[in-house]
Amino acid sequence: MRVNFTVNGRPQEADDVWEGESLLYVLRERLGLPGSKNACEQGECGSCTVRLDGVPVCSCLVAAGQVEGREVVTVEGLAEYARQRAEGGCATGACGTSLQNAQQWEAKGTDSQTGEGTELSPIQQAFIDAGAVQCGFCTPGLLVAADEMLERNPNPTDADIREALSGNLCRCTGYEKIMDAVRLAAARQGEAV
Amino acid sequence: MDFLRPASWEEALAAKAEHPTAVPIAGGTDVMVEINFDHRRPEYLMDLNRIGDLSEWEVGEESVRLGASVPYTRIMENLRAELPGLALASHTVASPQIRNRGGVGGNLGTASPAGDAHPALLAAGAEVEVASVRGSRRIPIDDFYTGVKRNALEPDELIRAVHVKKADGPQQFSKVGTRNAMVIAVCAFGLALHPRTRTVRTGIGSAAPTPIRAKAAEEFLNAALEEGGFWENGKIITPSVAKQFADLCSAACNPIDDVRGTASYRRHAVGVMARRTLTWTWESYRGARRVTEGAA
Amino acid sequence: MSSPNGTPTKITQGSQTKGGIGESTLRPDGTLKVTGEFAYSSDMWHEDMLWGQILRSTVAHAEILSIDTSEALALPGVYAVLTYDDLPTEVKNYGLEIQDTPVLAHGKVRHHGEPVAIVAADHPETARRAAAKIKVDYRELPVITDEASATAPDAILVHENRDDHHAGHVPHPNIVHRQPIVRGDVAAARERADVIVESEYTFGMQDQAFLGPESGLAVPEEDGGVHLYIATQWLHSDLRQIAPVLGLPEDKVRMTLSGVGGAFGGREDLSMQIHACLLALRTGKPVKIVYNRFESFFGHVHRHPAKLHYEHGATKDGKLTHMKCRIVLDGGAYASASPAVVGNASSLSVGPYVIDDVDIEAIALYTNNPPCGAMRGFGAVQACFAYEAQMDKLAARLGMDPVEFRQLNAMEQGTIMPTGQPVDSPAPVAELLRRVKAMPMPPERQWESSEGADVRQLPGGLSNTTHGEGVVRGVGYAVGIKNVGFSEGFDDYSTAKVRMEVVGGEPVATVHTAMAEVGQGGVTVHAQIARTELGVTQVTIHPADTQVGSAGSTSASRQTYVTGGAVKNACELVRAKVLEIGRRKFGSYHPAWATAELLLEGGKVVTDGGEVLGDLADVLEDEVVEVEEEWRHRPTEPFDLRTGQGNGHVQYSFAAHRAVVEVDTELGLVKVIELACAQDVGKALNPLSVIGQIQGGTTQGLGVAVMEEIVVDPKTAKVKNPSFTDYLIPTILDTPTIPVDVLELADEHAPYGLRGIGEAPTLSSTPAVLAAIRDATGLELNRTPVRPEHLTGTQLSEG
Repeated sequence: MRVNFTVNGRPQEADDVWEGESLLYVLRERLGLPGSKNACEQGECGSCTVRLDGVPVCSCLVAAGQVEGREVVTVEGLAEYARQRAEGGCATGACGTSLQNAQQWEAKGTDSQTGEGTELSPIQQAFIDAGAVQCGFCTPGLLVAADEMLERNPNPTDADIREALSGNLCRCTGYEKIMDAVRLAAARQGEAV
Repeated sequence: MDFLRPASWEEALAAKAEHPTAVPIAGGTDVMVEINFDHRRPEYLMDLNRIGDLSEWEVGEESVRLGASVPYTRIMENLRAELPGLALASHTVASPQIRNRGGVGGNLGTASPAGDAHPALLAAGAEVEVASVRGSRRIPIDDFYTGVKRNALEPDELIRAVHVKKADGPQQFSKVGTRNAMVIAVCAFGLALHPRTRTVRTGIGSAAPTPIRAKAAEEFLNAALEEGGFWENGKIITPSVAKQFADLCSAACNPIDDVRGTASYRRHAVGVMARRTLTWTWESYRGARRVTEGAA
Repeated sequence: MSSPNGTPTKITQGSQTKGGIGESTLRPDGTLKVTGEFAYSSDMWHEDMLWGQILRSTVAHAEILSIDTSEALALPGVYAVLTYDDLPTEVKNYGLEIQDTPVLAHGKVRHHGEPVAIVAADHPETARRAAAKIKVDYRELPVITDEASATAPDAILVHENRDDHHAGHVPHPNIVHRQPIVRGDVAAARERADVIVESEYTFGMQDQAFLGPESGLAVPEEDGGVHLYIATQWLHSDLRQIAPVLGLPEDKVRMTLSGVGGAFGGREDLSMQIHACLLALRTGKPVKIVYNRFESFFGHVHRHPAKLHYEHGATKDGKLTHMKCRIVLDGGAYASASPAVVGNASSLSVGPYVIDDVDIEAIALYTNNPPCGAMRGFGAVQACFAYEAQMDKLAARLGMDPVEFRQLNAMEQGTIMPTGQPVDSPAPVAELLRRVKAMPMPPERQWESSEGADVRQLPGGLSNTTHGEGVVRGVGYAVGIKNVGFSEGFDDYSTAKVRMEVVGGEPVATVHTAMAEVGQGGVTVHAQIARTELGVTQVTIHPADTQVGSAGSTSASRQTYVTGGAVKNACELVRAKVLEIGRRKFGSYHPAWATAELLLEGGKVVTDGGEVLGDLADVLEDEVVEVEEEWRHRPTEPFDLRTGQGNGHVQYSFAAHRAVVEVDTELGLVKVIELACAQDVGKALNPLSVIGQIQGGTTQGLGVAVMEEIVVDPKTAKVKNPSFTDYLIPTILDTPTIPVDVLELADEHAPYGLRGIGEAPTLSSTPAVLAAIRDATGLELNRTPVRPEHLTGTQLSEG
């Protein structure tokens, strides 16, 4: 079947979709957006979290045919989504960029220089700064979930953060640096207002 | 596999009549896992997301008509006063992401004894509105669960809504899992006080082949409360009454040993939850009685 | 950094260059990882690629009578279906140490989920349908599931005709390896004991549960070779096992490390590597294989479940007299890393304590249970759980404080291990315990708020099981010892290629190793080392591949030590060459070129007094300096097979934990409130990453204390919970705050004095949580993980 929907603000068309395919599969394998991760495919880890019409959902549990005509935001579009939100714009964004960059890590300078040249949303920058990224496989889902929580609740308590992120498993960090990152993003957001 | 996208309820019923093997999908929590893991290859998948009516609710005089696809998040946020037990149960469902899409219709359709909504629906007293091209009917929740993962639906029927009585007293819901979030129930317990009818209703999940009520426990407690004039005098329920109630709730279970827990633990835990939820609801009833007529 | 001209104090190499060791520089892959652009192995994509699918055994132990692939092959879209008969060479097995693992089952399957056939098709669903059409006729055999069934007189041999190097010395062919360690005179020491504590402990099967499932892409190449993009812990070890099965020379199997979604030991063995290459070579098309979570539980080895029998004695004044233990590890159907796990379990079974008289035996079994091998902590984890429980019991019997009792018996630098090896670097065991105990306690009843109980902070969490009823707090302590690096005489080395050149007027260093970055932050540290050693700010980390020599495994807490050491060494050689060029070009202009100790700082050549002699850009001009060099840590020796004596380990790592828990004693639910850790790291090359490692390791230890266990049916040897629905790992609501106190006592034998850190926190976390639960409940709890049943006396079936 054919599915038409909007991803990160751009209309997308996927053809020859098998009816049993998930939104996650379509994003990753048909639209070249592998940022949403395939860690459990049973709604038990949150790594594939995307926003579907603004609402965070597990894209592994959305049948591809269910997204016809709907809007999806993935981690690839998060920076643009956050930028437009900050500017009071609508919730659309741009697609991710080439994967070729992933073949080469360039460690330049020190400290925060790793973000150089790429526009990041506040939550993305905070994850880097706080050391909340290790293997990084849970990171895209956590970013989408955390960004949405801060949108709803700009001043979360620790218990609020833990509740909001309780659907996102991380195996590397023990979550402490993730807590730090969300607190940091909230604090920076507060300063900016 | 074919993907059906009915745009209206009538279209959905027609499609289901034409293809009784069609599997309805809304939140996808159960259906997509079965597809992703190759446990199920239905001939037809029928998307219900395009039927807006299923995601709406109406608060009436006596009851709430809750569309089958109203996400658990909406129930938690909007129906805490009217359906406190179900709101608490909704909060224990899986993860925030799942709660954003899943609704009561999925729990009812799957009819797994571990579905979190069941004990709350049993305790509150609910009717399931189902329909087919042949017409619609309401199935009392007590008659809905017919076996392990089986329900009273006919092959051509779809679940449209549940009608749940608005709370006239405190309700509680408690669930045991071996993790502090995102966990399937080892067992669960729902309790609702109905001061207007001076009755107590219960619901037990994951401790029998189907969700059940602890009817003997309810009858015992109804009688004990009546006899002691508790509804009027608002006294603290004596520990012996609470214990007897808890023991009867345990006795109502017919659990199995599985990878999530032993039968003996389930029976034990249901008893503990029964005693605690009775205490919480009764304390709340006494408090409300002291202050004014009011919510849970 | 501006020129430190005229600075009177002597400077050391790197101290004036920013972003070097000791700073919390940020991950070079961080931006890619937060934008979704980082290419994990499951993200690889190629024009025309096919999808591979593995058919796995549905039973644990059976003869294969026949396999019929005809229906599968006939399915449109299917390009290949391969079984054992299609393997191209005489090499049909692989394995880390013992080549006992069939690439595809031959005549027999030995565990549930063993690969039997593989399929390549144009869509994953086509591949799944094809796999489902393969007919395998099994004749089931009795299953061997424990020591009794493995060593029974009539036991079926899991592997017949063993000819591996352990076959000759094991007491039974169903025992992979046995390592005794005897030292002193236990009988005599036992006489001195005033109290003796003896118990049997059980450790459940833990899964690494890395989030990125096994996956990779094999691309056939024009020269008849294959290029594999893969997530692994050790590229060269994979290569050594893959190439012979394919019948290709190693240089025709090119391997590039793709993004790795966690590892924790679970990627030390091969999973889909050979299968993807076989299918790619057969079809001439790129083949991608991605396990789903169900398959992942069958696709890698797990942590060995163990039975541990311990006896300790102590005198009235609290001195340990002796220890006897027997550790039985279930290795499952294939050897994997079992022999090395046995070596660790036995040699570290005493823990970080001084006991002169010991009698130790550790074995690993062959059974029909899932194969077990490497997981973070590697044999030391199971032992630590048991000996720390023993310490608490001894302290209780003696009426002593459990921390003071441990401190009284704590090892220190100079202590002789049961293997006869002296501990020749700091071993601050008592100090770590002191520090963790001195941390402020978390406040009581944090769940109380003005609006009533916040269930999120109570046992049971969101499930609303208690509003404070039945909740009791407990506190527990534990400390552990882990070896660092590969032990027992293994030639443990790494290789680094470092290049220095001028690009756009700036000196740039490039570091190329085959180190698997699995999330630990090795890439961050390599850049820091290069900055420190070469005085540059710009460092490029080349992708890890097999175009450079082996880096060894990203395991055993060894990569910062060994590959970090190799990078440091290669940088030093590059530095010497650069200075040589400088002397050649400019030596005649300034006497300091010949007389002073010269350093590279901030892109310049300076003297150790800080005088600038020239810009690196001028020294190098168009010249490129490149060095590729292997580097080794001090050699170790094998343990004697009879006595266990030998200098088997190169370094030890120590961590201590204090756990504070709240237990709902009626429902048996646990909330860990805080899990404080103190660890000696020698030298924190990147403090932020060090703390991240400690917190992550601590949380995996918490998981196996209260929830994580692969449950295997003892009647069928089948796995009962291969999913994230029923194999539970801690969520953020299960994980407490983890305050960390980092101690830095240099090990003079190691680069920068550093100590491998990744595993030690996983050891002591589990027993600390168990001790806290015991403190809250008064129960003995000799098994981990603790389930609600164990806390409520409801573990037995009804009737």
